[in-house]
Amino acid sequence: MNLIAKNTIRFFFILFIQVFILNKIPPLHQFVVPYFYFLFILWLPFKTRRWVILLVGFLLGFTIDMFYKTPGLHTSASVLIAYLRPFVINLLLPKEATEWGNEEPNRVSMGALPYTTYVILLTILHNLYLIFLEWMQFGSFLYFLGKLIATSLVSLLLILISELLVNRRIRTR
Amino acid sequence: MRNVFLFFKKYSIFIFFLLMQGVSLYVLITYNQFHHTLFDMFSSEVSGNVNFKVNKVESYFSLAKENEALRIQNAKLLSQQKTSFFSPNTSFNFIADSSTNDSGAVRSQFVYMPAKIISNSVYLQQNYLMLYRGSEQGILPNMAVVGTNGVIGTVINTSKNMSIVMSLLHRQSKLIAVLKKGSGLGEISWDGKNPAFLVLTKIPKTVVIKQGDTVITTPYSDRFPPSSPIGTVYEVGQDKETNTYILKIKTATDFFSIQHAYVVKNLLQNEMDELKSKIIRE
Repeated sequence: MNLIAKNTIRFFFILFIQVFILNKIPPLHQFVVPYFYFLFILWLPFKTRRWVILLVGFLLGFTIDMFYKTPGLHTSASVLIAYLRPFVINLLLPKEATEWGNEEPNRVSMGALPYTTYVILLTILHNLYLIFLEWMQFGSFLYFLGKLIATSLVSLLLILISELLVNRRIRTR
Repeated sequence: MRNVFLFFKKYSIFIFFLLMQGVSLYVLITYNQFHHTLFDMFSSEVSGNVNFKVNKVESYFSLAKENEALRIQNAKLLSQQKTSFFSPNTSFNFIADSSTNDSGAVRSQFVYMPAKIISNSVYLQQNYLMLYRGSEQGILPNMAVVGTNGVIGTVINTSKNMSIVMSLLHRQSKLIAVLKKGSGLGEISWDGKNPAFLVLTKIPKTVVIKQGDTVITTPYSDRFPPSSPIGTVYEVGQDKETNTYILKIKTATDFFSIQHAYVVKNLLQNEMDELKSKIIRE
């Protein structure tokens, strides 16, 4: 399938799940908020240009914000990880962007350990920034710390579930 | 000059990033101060339309509950009808005087406008509702929103056909409340822990409070009709530092299943505002 078409469909699918399903699930505690929409940024192909990633991150965050009524909050967090993504990939696998084909970051193309590090690192960065911005408006330090840990764990769990559910046609090289 | 261009070329991505961060942080910071942002005008029409379509499906799930609440309200209203009152003297009919100059005549102050709730959240820290009724249908910011069972929130922004309501379940929502028994003036807020409970503070310990006491809006509010139910006392807690209670209030409105709301228009709002601004000017 065409890369752009595939990613557009994925964009709307992830948005739908985040806004109309995860947003409506009763949480166990006020700290446990399921965020997983930024998985879209993590799954963009390697060869995506950096300004495109930034633009997509902005668009994704802005759309989430429109439904969550928190203007700017999710936008700034997803723009941040969109900016940091190439650095993290470079750090884990020093390789030129052109050397990659149409591949996406996954456990085969990157290797299981680097891929896990990549996901965990960006998830924590995203949640750290998001909850930090929220904490500036209200809440105590305990709220910040507790929500960061709980939310990151839930995010990672959701990403793990999507890894298992979605067959991304991983080809071995 | 060449170096300047080289600098921009080298750091173009970083500058692009800073620009986007700047835009989003600017929107985030200014949103809480001024509700009338471009964001709302744009977003409520777009997300409102999507929400409206999804809500059409979703509303089926809570139809039974909603019906029950409406039926109870209907029964209440029916019992208030003129025909429900027994008059011992049947030789004449009761006729209401509609003249506004008569000092004994009753004048209406609050007008209720029905609105469908098309999106609602309870699990976030800042919860908003969206109504399918906007400025073209007579809704203005700062109007009160009540449901069939009690207070829901306050309108903070409107677009042509939609309006956004700050729910009582919002970390920055504040509302003055009194106990139905008559004593004690306190402040309703939300601690973000459980969407079924609010917090009532600033009521002095001299007031005797029991579990199950009803909390209502004050007669002093210029937005909320007096004695709209807010909730009932669920747990009485003592604030050790001050001489006041910390009360856990069970909400009168079931925020999980509300589908319809009434936006309340105060017909005397302009007069009240004018009077207030006069005092401030002097």
